[in-house]
Amino acid sequence: MIYQGKQKIWSEYQKEIPDDKWYYVRSCIRQNFFPASEKMFMEICRNVLGKDIYENEHHTTCGGIAYHCDTIPQETAMTIVARQFALMTEAGYENYVASCITSFGNYTEILETWHENPELEAKIRELLWKACKKEFKKPKYLAHSSDLIFKFRNEIAERAKFRLVNQKTGEPLRVVEHIGCHYSKMFPSKGVGGAEYPYVLTGMVESWGGNVIDYPERRHCCGYGFRQYHVKANRGYSISNTHKKFESMAPYKPDMIITNCPGCPYFLDRWQYVIAEMEGKTYGENGFGIPVFTYEEVAGLVLGYNPWDLGLQLHQVAVEPLLDKIGIEYSPEDKYKGLNKKDLLRPELPQGIKCF
Amino acid sequence: MNEIVVIIGGGIAGMEAAGQLLKLGYTPFLIEKSDKLGGNVAQWHRLFPDMTPSGDIISTLYESCRDANIFLNTEIYSINRLKDRYNLILSNGVTVSTRYILITTGFELFDASKKEEYGYGIYNHVITNADLEQWFNGHSDERIDSSSINSVGFVHCVGSRDEKAGNTQCSKVCCITAIKQAMELKEMYPNSQVYCFYMDLRLFGKKYEDFYTKAQRDYGIHFIRGRVSEVGENIEGKVVVKAEDTLSGRPIRVTLDLLVLMSGMACCKDSSLASSLGLSIDSDKFLQSSDNILHITSSPKKGVYYAGACTGPKTVPETLAEARSAVLEIHNSIISEKG
Repeated sequence: MIYQGKQKIWSEYQKEIPDDKWYYVRSCIRQNFFPASEKMFMEICRNVLGKDIYENEHHTTCGGIAYHCDTIPQETAMTIVARQFALMTEAGYENYVASCITSFGNYTEILETWHENPELEAKIRELLWKACKKEFKKPKYLAHSSDLIFKFRNEIAERAKFRLVNQKTGEPLRVVEHIGCHYSKMFPSKGVGGAEYPYVLTGMVESWGGNVIDYPERRHCCGYGFRQYHVKANRGYSISNTHKKFESMAPYKPDMIITNCPGCPYFLDRWQYVIAEMEGKTYGENGFGIPVFTYEEVAGLVLGYNPWDLGLQLHQVAVEPLLDKIGIEYSPEDKYKGLNKKDLLRPELPQGIKCF
Repeated sequence: MNEIVVIIGGGIAGMEAAGQLLKLGYTPFLIEKSDKLGGNVAQWHRLFPDMTPSGDIISTLYESCRDANIFLNTEIYSINRLKDRYNLILSNGVTVSTRYILITTGFELFDASKKEEYGYGIYNHVITNADLEQWFNGHSDERIDSSSINSVGFVHCVGSRDEKAGNTQCSKVCCITAIKQAMELKEMYPNSQVYCFYMDLRLFGKKYEDFYTKAQRDYGIHFIRGRVSEVGENIEGKVVVKAEDTLSGRPIRVTLDLLVLMSGMACCKDSSLASSLGLSIDSDKFLQSSDNILHITSSPKKGVYYAGACTGPKTVPETLAEARSAVLEIHNSIISEKG
């Protein structure tokens, strides 16, 4: 692999990301899958970086899942999105940041569609007014929340207590980066680094001390894919995609996976348990899986937040081997204790994949 | 004094035109920006359909044009239109006044790195058709491990017929070039597996179809109808290609020692010549002829003519024939002016 070749491409896909004053919209599913990630994003933006980032409880789904599953027409998704933009306008913000990759893709697609078809934008404005008497300005800048963490990756590195380095060997950790399909595959110019060799997560990993692995199925879908997993009959297809990715990355012996999509970390994490049960195969060291993280979780780890406050006990794949590699201290007995040391009860541990 | 004709571009069209003009008794000025004549063809090893060494073609053309005023490493500094003449100031300080300019600036090879999914400039064993010809010519290339070539792939239409890449035209010669190169590699490595990934095979020229048949029947080259979706690299550094075989209706994946991208013909990026002469650009971004059937070698500007791939992709024989045709047009114009 010729690193300079990638650098050339990265230099061609730069994205303007304003420094401050953001309106934030959460994902429909991330708070269930990885409950501390969005909280950590706000914590980093507000309390670590001191940025003005605003959210409001009245926003809804963007309609992206329903749109991609063909259960609602694009006009409906557009009207939902128009309402989100109206909330941003009412709050006095111009920079819109989405937590969800599919939302980001959905917003991008809608803004591009309106750009190409202004009459459709006019129709949506009319529909929104009829539905809820709201008006909106289009965002001046649209970003995914991983774009912001990418932008401030070096500031995070400066404040970091840990690096993505194996404490025992001094070697950078081998990191698989997995980009959500809707980040830049539809509109390469809207993603940091483009579609083929996105830089958004690679930039974070490099700033925080790790080495990124380029493996043959790097671009392949994680296996979620709405019409794969949400249609029950297709779930075998979902796991076969995930299996393909793990088989492809396994020879590189990755220490961890970092992702920027709501579905990807969940499926890359949970399907490892299923593959272990089905085939008796695990991809980490000594019977463990490969830990999978959101970028907010990784940022939180390098900044020194308590792993259990980051919600890492909710991962299927045990994160402890990675914490040990990095040298992050943690309390095993606190793993399943919630706020005020409330006992969350211990889950039943699987047989096929080693967990704590 | 004999009529001066300025030829801009020292590829095969310019060389052939210079030779023909000399034979007719004119004084050609052949201006080439690089340090040698021959253009793209000079970079090639052998030419289809008879596997003629391209060096032989260039040498023959040079023999016929060597008495022209040849300026290498020279660019056009400025062109001014006088009443019925053009005044050209060259970068070497020479000024030429002429009534006739023949543009033979040819094409540029499509930059394969623009097709990011194919990994040119990213993965170690991905090269272009031009790189392979250079290697055939004896130049070393660290991307080609000559001791271990067991499987090779060719991707047709890289930057041709590709709206996303901004080139909608067919480059005409890539299909037959891929077949030629596949056969050459197969001759060098008889036990290797060679795959050609194509969307259509456009084999219109003399003996082209015979080449194709021979490649399948005698060389065992695999032709897979389907576009490559992405290229990666495995832990051993081999190239991993994912494609669709549209005839069997299946996705396929092959691991290769070498992947060759058939870069197509793109128009010359430098449009300064066209703008200084006020020449029109066609919808395919090549120079626009007065008429694409009757007057392909004529520009809409009086005294300005075209030959070769500056007006669109051409084969070598077509380019040479156009050069002769353009010279005849110029000759006829001179004769009629003399009246």
